[in-house]
Formats: sequence, structure tokens, C-alpha cells
Amino acid sequence: MQIPDRVIKNQPGNSKERTKLALLLSVLEQGLIYGIMGLGVYITYKILDFPDLTVDGSFPLGAAIACILISKGIPAILTLPVCFFAGAFVGMLTGLIHVKCKVRDLLSGIIMMTALYTVNLRIAGRANLPIYNADNIFDNSLVNGIFKGSLENCKTVIVILVITVMTKCLLDWYLSTKSGFLLRAVGDNDTIVTSLGVDRGFVKIVGLSVANALVTLSGCIFAQQQRFFDISVGTGTVVIGLASVIIGTSLFRKVTLWKVTTSVVAGSLIYKGCVALAIRMGLASSDLKLITAVLFLIILVLGMDRKKKVKTDVDIETNQ
Amino acid sequence: MLTLKQISKHYNPGSVNELCLFRGFDFTIEEGEFVSVVGSNGSGKTSLLNIICGSIDVDGGCILVNGQDITGQKDYVRQRKIGRVYQDPAKGTCPSMTILENMSLADNKGRHYGLGKGVNKGRVSEYREILSQLGLGLEDKLHTQVGALSGGQRQALALLMSTMTPVDFLILDEHTAALDPKTAQIIMELTDKIVREKQVTTIMVTHNLRYAVEYGSRLVMMHEGTVILDKSGEEKRKIDTEEIMRIFNRISVECGN
Repeated sequence: MQIPDRVIKNQPGNSKERTKLALLLSVLEQGLIYGIMGLGVYITYKILDFPDLTVDGSFPLGAAIACILISKGIPAILTLPVCFFAGAFVGMLTGLIHVKCKVRDLLSGIIMMTALYTVNLRIAGRANLPIYNADNIFDNSLVNGIFKGSLENCKTVIVILVITVMTKCLLDWYLSTKSGFLLRAVGDNDTIVTSLGVDRGFVKIVGLSVANALVTLSGCIFAQQQRFFDISVGTGTVVIGLASVIIGTSLFRKVTLWKVTTSVVAGSLIYKGCVALAIRMGLASSDLKLITAVLFLIILVLGMDRKKKVKTDVDIETNQ
Repeated sequence: MLTLKQISKHYNPGSVNELCLFRGFDFTIEEGEFVSVVGSNGSGKTSLLNIICGSIDVDGGCILVNGQDITGQKDYVRQRKIGRVYQDPAKGTCPSMTILENMSLADNKGRHYGLGKGVNKGRVSEYREILSQLGLGLEDKLHTQVGALSGGQRQALALLMSTMTPVDFLILDEHTAALDPKTAQIIMELTDKIVREKQVTTIMVTHNLRYAVEYGSRLVMMHEGTVILDKSGEEKRKIDTEEIMRIFNRISVECGN
């Protein structure tokens, strides 16, 4: 891969190697943060079979809450649980709109996404809220005390890695519980959930809550890594999430060594890597949404092809 | 004992397609009976099952189980005590989950689905034991996704899952109709075995008149929302397929089919 010179020229004083390292770190950081969001989208899109657009609003919700709390001087670590539960609440509302008011899945998400735009502006107070000088989960006395000297560059990625791995393991654990089994069953075949004597609407609401809790958590971490909140930060979240899920699950379909949740996080890293490469190759960041859309379409079409293939495989097996 | 009292059910009320299926429909099923229900399309067989399970609401009348009125109960509450197998083998199992996970889900029916472990390892040997009775080799495929099984295997599994926990009623909704004749026969024999072993009150809707005559302790024929033939005990044993076929053809001709 040829790297255009201007990128390096724009950063005087840095050697080529250091730019590469910085780029790699930024891909890892963002890929892992968006990986958590991908896990949320994985729950709705793959497990629940519910295309949930709420995430375009719940991701910036996390960012808004994180920034306002931090700017008010509240310890950064507390933003994580606050955002998690705020997201769970928002997901619950989407679920209630869908289940109790019988609004179609896509529309329930659009309603919540639209409503959240205003809510996010109200929470942050304005469309752009920087927190450059405040402590955050990556930059505080505890983290700075542990990572000194040469490790300092890696502290953000290590903290994110820990949070992402913990979240992934928690989700894996949840999906192996009885409640998690029901969640997997309701997307697969909701008739059976009724047969088991459980209200399937309730299971869907639980699923949407868990999913949006993860997405909001991801937005919370993202805002602290970027050190600002911007109202437009959520635009296209759902597409990035879906791309991560589809890349991860189709690329690593045959890998039995790790769980699907790991594939989703890996998918997010690959996606962010591709985007970084595209920008490196000279594309402006304003082109990004178009590239994302085109990339997403390609992945979707390829993904469908695979699905068809899988289906015929099963058919052949059945007929034997 | 299950009693349906003065059930009435209209489809598409207020429109030109309004259809009155049941008007003052009465039906009683005694404890331990195995009722086969036959009838042409639109005679109300599946609606009858849906009304019992709560999948569709009634416009009037009441449903009693052992004297208790369950008419207003939600479908999922009722189904804690009902096992149901559908015509479509895909409806009774979860395709993306393994056989073991499916059986664990069914094993917990009627209890709380909390944050305990989804699969109870202590029960695995029992699941294996139950599966081996099928003779389909499923006991060695515990970790296979159910979606990779054939229709017959899935239906056998669905049947087992529906009766894993104690249920008041077993509802079979044309559960052999989507299978090839040989597999259908296997599933039917398995059904008979399970019903005998568990002594569970069973209602089976079928289009196969031979199954209706051969299996079960009571035979009911429905037509346009009414019961036109109801034989049990000695009367049921004397009946043969040809006679049923004759009655069936006669009502079909009257209908213009």
C-alpha cells in the first residue's frame, strides 16, 4: 500500500514510523469503541431480527451525558453506569412503542431517533460541547499513574480494550443464561416463546434495552476519547454498526475458535481500518458517509449471497 | 376437563367478508381423552385450537379448564399448561440454537427464565436418554443447530419438547401434514406412545382420516363451525376409514366442493 507523502508532511516533526503507529492506535481505539456499539447492533439486528434505528440517537445520548457530567465535575468513571442505564431506558421506550403501541419496528426506531435529537441537545445544552481540559476515563491521576513514559501512548487503547473485553464477556455470559436463551429464541421463532409461557413482547423489550445500553455506553466512551460532544456524532451509527456486524459475522463465519461476539468486535476493527486506509489514500473525510453507504451496500449484497448459499447447503442436507 | 360454552366467533366483523364461524358452539373434552378432529378446510378445526390456546379471542362464550374460567387469560399464560405442535416443523423449535439449548429451554417451561445458566449440565444425560428413544440418532447431535435437521427430525424434537414438562393438554395442529408418508407414520407412532406414557389429554387436528380412525379414543368431525359427528369408546372402535370418507365426501358435495 502506497502512502501519500502529504499526510506525513502535514505532521512536521514526526517520523514516518510514529505516524503509522499513531494511525494504528487511533484505528484500534475507535474500532474497539465502535465494537461495543456493534455488539448492541448485533443483539437487535442478528438476534432479535429488529432493525433498530434508535442507535442513531442513543449513541450521541451517551456522548451528551458523558460530556455534560464531566463538564460539571462529576468523576468520569461514573459516566459509564449512568450512560448504560440511560441507554437501557431509551431501548425500553423503543420496545414499548413497538410492543404496546404496535408500531412497526423500523418506525419505532425512527420515532425514538428523532425524539432523541432534541433530548440530546437539551442534555448538552448546545450542539457542541468540548471537554478538552477535564479529566476523563483515559486521562486521570489513576490511569496516568499506571501508564508512565513509553506506555503513555497506549494508555487509551489499553483502557478501551479492558472495557470492550469486559463488555463482551458480560454479553456472552448473558446470552448463555435462561433469559439470554429466550432472547435468542424470540428472534429465531417467537411462536415458541409464547409456547414456553413467556410474553414475547417483554423479551423484545429486554433485548432492545440491553442493545441500546451497550450503544449508549459506546457513545459515552467515544466522547471521552474525542474529548467533545457534537450533535452530529450519531449520524450513520446504525450503518457503521450493521457494517461491523455483517463484516464480522460473514468473514469469520467458519471460525469456531471464538464466539460471534468476538467476530463482531473484529468486524468493527476491520471496518475502521478500511476507513482509515481510504482517508490515507487521499479521500476527504467529507466523502466518508458516501463511502460508508457504498461499502455497506456491497457488504449487504455479498452477505445475502452467502445466506443463500448457506440455505441451499441446508436444503441439500435435508433432502438426502 | 376442558369445556367450551356458547362460543361465538366472527371473522372480519362489519365488513363485506364477515364470516360467522362459531355461533353458540359447545364442546367438552374429558380428562385423558385423545380426540382426533377432522373436517374440510374452513370447518373451524384450527380456529378451535387457537381459541383453546388463546391465540385468537372469542366474541362470546367462555372456556373452562377443570371448572376455572380462562377466557380472559393471555395466550402465554395459558400455554404454560399446554403443549402445542404445529404443522410447520419450524414453529416448534429454534433453528439457530442447538438441540441441547432447545431442550433446555423447553425443560424450563412454566418456570422463571432468569439469570441462571441456560443449560443445566446435570440434565444432559436425561436429554440424551429421551432423544435415544426416538431412534433417530439425535442423541449424538446435541450440539448441532436444529436448523440443520430434516423436517421429520425437527418435528420429532418439537413433539418431545412440547411434552417435556407436565401439561394439561397436548394440542396437535396437523402436525404430520408437512412430512413425507413414512416420516409422518413415525411421528404418528411416536405421538401415540407419548400420549399413552404421559396420559395427557390430547386434541389432534388432522387431514389424514386413517390416523383419525386408527389413533385416539374419540373422533370428531367438524363442518362449518359445528360438530356433525362425535364418536367415542366402543362406537369409535367400530368405525372404519371408508365410512368416515363417505360422510366426509357427502358434506363436501353439499358444500359444492
